[in-house]
Amino acid sequence: MSDTGPVQVRCPVLNVRRVDAYYAITVVAPGIAERFRSGQFVSVAIGGDHSSTLLRRPFAIHDVKPDYGGTVEFLFSVRGTGTAWLAERRSRDLLDVVGPLGRPFPLPREPVNCVLVGGGSGSAPLFPLAQSLRRRGCRVDFVLGAASADRVFSAITARRIAETAAFTTDDGSFGTRGRVTDVLGRVIEECRSDAVYACGPMPMLRAVTAVAGSHGVPVQVAVEETMACGTGICMTCVIPVVGQDGITRMVRSCVDGPVFRGEQVRFDDVGTIPFDALGAPGWKGSSAARAAESARDIA
Amino acid sequence: MNADLRTRVGGMDLPNPVVTAAGCAGSGRELSQFFDIASIGAVTTKSVMLEPHAGRPAPRMAETPSGMLSTTGMQGPGVDVFIQRDLPWLLSRGGRAIVSIAGAGVGEFGELARRISAADGVSAIEVNLSCPDPADPSGRRFADDASQAAAVVQTVRSHARSDLPVFAKLAADVPDVVELATACVEARADGLSMINTVRGMAVDPRTLRPAVAGGMGGLSGPAIRPLAVGCVYRVHEALPGVPVIGMGGVRTGADVMEFMAAGASAVAVGTTNFSDPSACRRILREFTEALEARGFARASDVVGVAHRQGVGA
Repeated sequence: MSDTGPVQVRCPVLNVRRVDAYYAITVVAPGIAERFRSGQFVSVAIGGDHSSTLLRRPFAIHDVKPDYGGTVEFLFSVRGTGTAWLAERRSRDLLDVVGPLGRPFPLPREPVNCVLVGGGSGSAPLFPLAQSLRRRGCRVDFVLGAASADRVFSAITARRIAETAAFTTDDGSFGTRGRVTDVLGRVIEECRSDAVYACGPMPMLRAVTAVAGSHGVPVQVAVEETMACGTGICMTCVIPVVGQDGITRMVRSCVDGPVFRGEQVRFDDVGTIPFDALGAPGWKGSSAARAAESARDIA
Repeated sequence: MNADLRTRVGGMDLPNPVVTAAGCAGSGRELSQFFDIASIGAVTTKSVMLEPHAGRPAPRMAETPSGMLSTTGMQGPGVDVFIQRDLPWLLSRGGRAIVSIAGAGVGEFGELARRISAADGVSAIEVNLSCPDPADPSGRRFADDASQAAAVVQTVRSHARSDLPVFAKLAADVPDVVELATACVEARADGLSMINTVRGMAVDPRTLRPAVAGGMGGLSGPAIRPLAVGCVYRVHEALPGVPVIGMGGVRTGADVMEFMAAGASAVAVGTTNFSDPSACRRILREFTEALEARGFARASDVVGVAHRQGVGA
């Protein structure tokens, strides 16, 4: 219904391939490809038309190409029935895909130095981001971490498109043994980073935000929250985020995110309703706050 | 032959019998990206409360076979923001609004009815009786006690504009849904919406703890459809003159036929919107095709057909 909003399409699978611990699926979806901006995701129906698994699964978009009018690639690892079903798709199967969804990574207006930090499959959306940043003349450095070597994302591609790429694994099987935040401070200093972009599990995003903050560098995080619809109607993916007005709201990761300024996400309060959140028990907002709420455009 | 889809239910005139269920379509903004919100009968807006509510902590949902458990805890911006921002938007797009209200007490229901009545363009009020009755410490819902439910309906009816239809949204997991329905009708509800979610639980196999925060959640989706159709059938049998909006796991045009044959005059699509954002458009098309294939001249001719004697056509 709009030129920039998401579309829902039944798209043919081009191919499904294994990439270390992940699967990569490419679908032909010109409508999604032409609207895509880095950081956005797709919401994919799984199980087939007669499945008893009703809910969609969200996947960050990893790559978009102009082939066949426009293709979209996303990655996943098999975690449950939905992803197991996806792993069995073959070329020419049809997938019901909604996208692109969510608020993308904001891009800098001028060429700056950017360090992109990814944890596990959270690294996937950072690659198209890196391409966009480089097209704007930015310097890009990667810090990519994972549990083990087979979960580290696209080391070869990362080295090719970035100025530098540092890797960490929990078990030391590739790169430095440890966490991304063990090396991030040094990378920010050596690369003179002006901005941090991060995607991965919540604890990682919290730690990255802290490191960026201590270096005085702004950070954009893409959160990974469990979602049921991906389109903003089920209200189950909410996290506490501080607004421009200083008021904390339970916001939808799928439409108000998944990208947020790291400093605004109340990582310590994820999984709770902070006592001072708008509408928390006993909350009594000012009339100014209510007026601001009325003017706020959510969708 | 083009079937006539026009639907009259509880004093509302709708272009067709397909509406959205409360809590499953926001106020129409998100779904309008996928289909023309004016093309369906109405949007039942997410239950609005007097004050803003943050809702329950995560996790708020669990996937279950042919359904889901959810417990959002009535997150919403409150009635002032709804009237100033959400309702005008929906109306500006040509949508018809059935406004669901949820009060933290009988008094709040009355105040909500009054404020919604003062807003222009509302087609009907739907009273969410599944919210907890604060006067009862056990967490009992208004719907669990027919006389309490009637008191709420009575209050809403007396505070709402007389020309604004009031629908009572019923729960199925109550001692006697026909008794509940009758009590609401005697309290001057203009119609009944049924069913709401059914209380249940999922235990996460990995953690061996309840999968949703707070333990119990509301089950919705195709898993509850037979329960819902059964309630519609029994209520229509007992109260044949009372308009019913039926809902519970509607996924296809055939499901719309099913609810209407059981006695519903209109049918709401809920959880299916989560898995298929353009479901309403598809379902309306499927229903229209089914009507025409079976030779019905009007959608309203289907209402209550299942109650007739003899084998169906």
